[in-house]
Amino acid sequence: MTETASNPDQRPTDLARACELIAFRMGTREFCVDIMSVREIRGWTKATALPKSPSFVRGVVNLRGTVLPIVDLSARLGFPAAEPTARHVIIVAQIGAQTIGLLVDAVSDILTVTDDLVHPTPDVASDMAKTFVRGVLAVDQRMISLIALDQVLPVCEQDAA
Amino acid sequence: MDAMAAIKQTFFQECEEQLGELEIGLLVLQDGDTDPETVNAVFRAVHSIKGGAGAFNLDELVHFAHVFENVLDHLRAGRLAASGDVLKTMLRAADMLADLVRAARDGTAADTGRRDTLAAELRALDPEAAGKDLDSGHQDSHGDDLDGPVFEAVPISFDDMEIESTPDEHQFIIHFTPKPDLYAKANETALLMRELCSLGEAVITCDFSRLPVLEELDPEGSYLSWTIELRTVQDENAVRAVFEFVEWDCELDVAQVGAAQGLDDMALGALIEKMQAAVEAELAAPEVPPNDVQASMDEPLAAQAGSAGQALGNPPGGKPDAGKSSQATIRVDLDRVDRLINLVGELVINQAMLTQRMLEAGLARASGVATGLDELEQLTREIQDSVMAIRAQPVKSVFQRMPRLVREVAVMTGKSVRLTTAGENTEVDKTVIERLADPLTHMIRNAIDHGLETPELRAAAGKPEEGLVHLSALHRSGRIVIEVADDGAGIDRPRVKAIAAEKGLIAAEAPLSDEEIDNLIFLPGFSTASTVSDISGRGVGMDVVRRSIQALGGRISIRSRPRQGSTFTMSLPLTLAVLDGMVVTVAGETLVVPLTAIIETLQPKADAVHGFGGNSRVIAIRDQFIPLIDVGHELDYRSGFADPCKSVALLVESEGHVRSALLVDAILGQRQVVIKSLETNYQHVPGIAAATILGDGRVALILDVDAVVAGSRVAATGFEQLCAAG
Repeated sequence: MTETASNPDQRPTDLARACELIAFRMGTREFCVDIMSVREIRGWTKATALPKSPSFVRGVVNLRGTVLPIVDLSARLGFPAAEPTARHVIIVAQIGAQTIGLLVDAVSDILTVTDDLVHPTPDVASDMAKTFVRGVLAVDQRMISLIALDQVLPVCEQDAA
Repeated sequence: MDAMAAIKQTFFQECEEQLGELEIGLLVLQDGDTDPETVNAVFRAVHSIKGGAGAFNLDELVHFAHVFENVLDHLRAGRLAASGDVLKTMLRAADMLADLVRAARDGTAADTGRRDTLAAELRALDPEAAGKDLDSGHQDSHGDDLDGPVFEAVPISFDDMEIESTPDEHQFIIHFTPKPDLYAKANETALLMRELCSLGEAVITCDFSRLPVLEELDPEGSYLSWTIELRTVQDENAVRAVFEFVEWDCELDVAQVGAAQGLDDMALGALIEKMQAAVEAELAAPEVPPNDVQASMDEPLAAQAGSAGQALGNPPGGKPDAGKSSQATIRVDLDRVDRLINLVGELVINQAMLTQRMLEAGLARASGVATGLDELEQLTREIQDSVMAIRAQPVKSVFQRMPRLVREVAVMTGKSVRLTTAGENTEVDKTVIERLADPLTHMIRNAIDHGLETPELRAAAGKPEEGLVHLSALHRSGRIVIEVADDGAGIDRPRVKAIAAEKGLIAAEAPLSDEEIDNLIFLPGFSTASTVSDISGRGVGMDVVRRSIQALGGRISIRSRPRQGSTFTMSLPLTLAVLDGMVVTVAGETLVVPLTAIIETLQPKADAVHGFGGNSRVIAIRDQFIPLIDVGHELDYRSGFADPCKSVALLVESEGHVRSALLVDAILGQRQVVIKSLETNYQHVPGIAAATILGDGRVALILDVDAVVAGSRVAATGFEQLCAAG
């Protein structure tokens, strides 16, 4: 990967330039993440469950020798948990120094956008929206939410429990 | 510039080693060792730092090192006694030197005030006039000691002979032809000529006749010879003395012109006297080749040699290097070793996969393939052990930092502390060592700040005023155990309990055992210091220490006895890379249980299992009742409990020799697994030490036996906090 990938978590905040986004579906909704934080996309394989973990952590899988935690993004965002099948995909994303896998239904598109296409998150009283959505895009009448990946892993919640 | 930076880096690395030796040496001296070799080692360390620093123009460092070196030289020469106070100053000077080295390395400013104070204190130790050292400091710091020894030593006293040498002038014809060895030993003919000139009037002619054409010239060869006509009042012995150190490496012919006539004139008595003198001179001249002279300079001889010893200094290329080369070590970039270790880790996984595939393919156990695979496994294991050994290091490197810490904390707290260490050669993986320093630092600070009483209190309690902190390391059943013990007041249990209750960590009237109270200090949000002190009160409590040790796959426990002190024990894995484990299944999940924890496995019988109120169960094993822990339930894999009769029990021993029986569904086998951290990409999972990848390519979790055992007890007593911390 290029050097920019080493610091991908700062990318979504920097919307001044044109950037590429990977769009994906979960149920009927569409979301996207910065392509620079995506390392690879692979098919779903059964994960080893982690005990005493939040419900949205599906477990860990072996990614060529690396132990990769899988986050059910749908459950993480407060939607019903996914029931993974062989057609589900895992988006392997780099968040800071960590690599995690995001379980989503399917990858739908690659979008090239400039910052004027990204609208601020509508002021709705949803915690999910405030925590995870950086902005929304309108593409062909569809609403695509831009996800901020740095909040996805439950870093402090576990310690506070 | 890059090459220079690299050399500089090497210099700083070596400085760290020298500083380590310096401190060890001083500590040994403090313990009453008077071995001159120790003093020499200390001197050498400072001297080498000074020399290197001079080469890089690190004037500040050179200057301080020089002052330090001067005092050490007096110590070496026996003009200064190695008393306790002297050594205390020297130890602080060593700390300062270390700070200066680091400041030079990082390009930061050192504490000049402290430096000047210490330099002044050092000078005060100097039994000779202090001022003159300063001036001589700079000039001899640049390129001294290189060839000084050989030539400085020349004026060996031949004064006696002058008595009988006649005042008449003699004329000598000297033919001098050096051999290549002479140059190889770093002798310089020009200096010999100069020395001859100092004896009298000399006419020197050089013979170039043997000089070959340039293509045939051996740069290390010797082609020149000299003829010197010397008129001097000295006699032949004085002339020969000039060549004393090179006479084995050259062809020398000294002929006295007109010596034959002189004979007649001389009285017989004078002749006899002259012969006697010659014999004496022969005896007085050291009958050793120059190399040995160099070596002997490091020996105690130097101590009595007075000014000569000082002038000789310490040849940097002398003894210490000779000692090092016999060990034959190389510096290797750590990244390379790590890459090798990762590769071997993958090899182990791959080998396991291959074995599994072979079994799946239904190949007979006795087939050639199976034998080959067994051998492969053996080899893989050996490679792995060898590779791990490369990274293993004695804990010394961490222990070495502690004396300084103790001194500093002792000064800050106004307590008198003595640190003793044991087992510092215990080896453990480098990755463990690196992460050992922080918790250890904290524990030692804690021991001094909270553990030890003030000197007045100690005196009142009838203890020696000097508090004792003992740091030790040893190997125990495949782990390294590090203990920090103090002989202080021990844990004030009523106060600890009161604080915990006050902070809402426990119920005020909770019935807790002494051990449970002691363990309260590991709770997050607990801090015993009533006043937040500079040393311990940094918002970092023992819970952080505990967590960082747990992150290493280690455990920490405390033993405390009122008025006698407390002992913190940490137990850590020797390596963070591999583990021998038993592969088991629990509720459809595959788990690995570290083999070191397991004592035996057994099939529970219905009549051996007894209910014990609530969900607790015990199992009778050879007249002992041992708590039965359902791993599946403990890890929330299932809400109910497994039927013990359809399960397998693993008898395990956890920290503090507590025995428990872990109930699992079935045992799949025994295997060496490569440890993969969960924290790298995720975070710590309670009850799980790490993960690994099994032969089928799936991830299996490695059980943290102690955490599971502790967790089950906590759950049983409704003591939820500890669970969250662990």
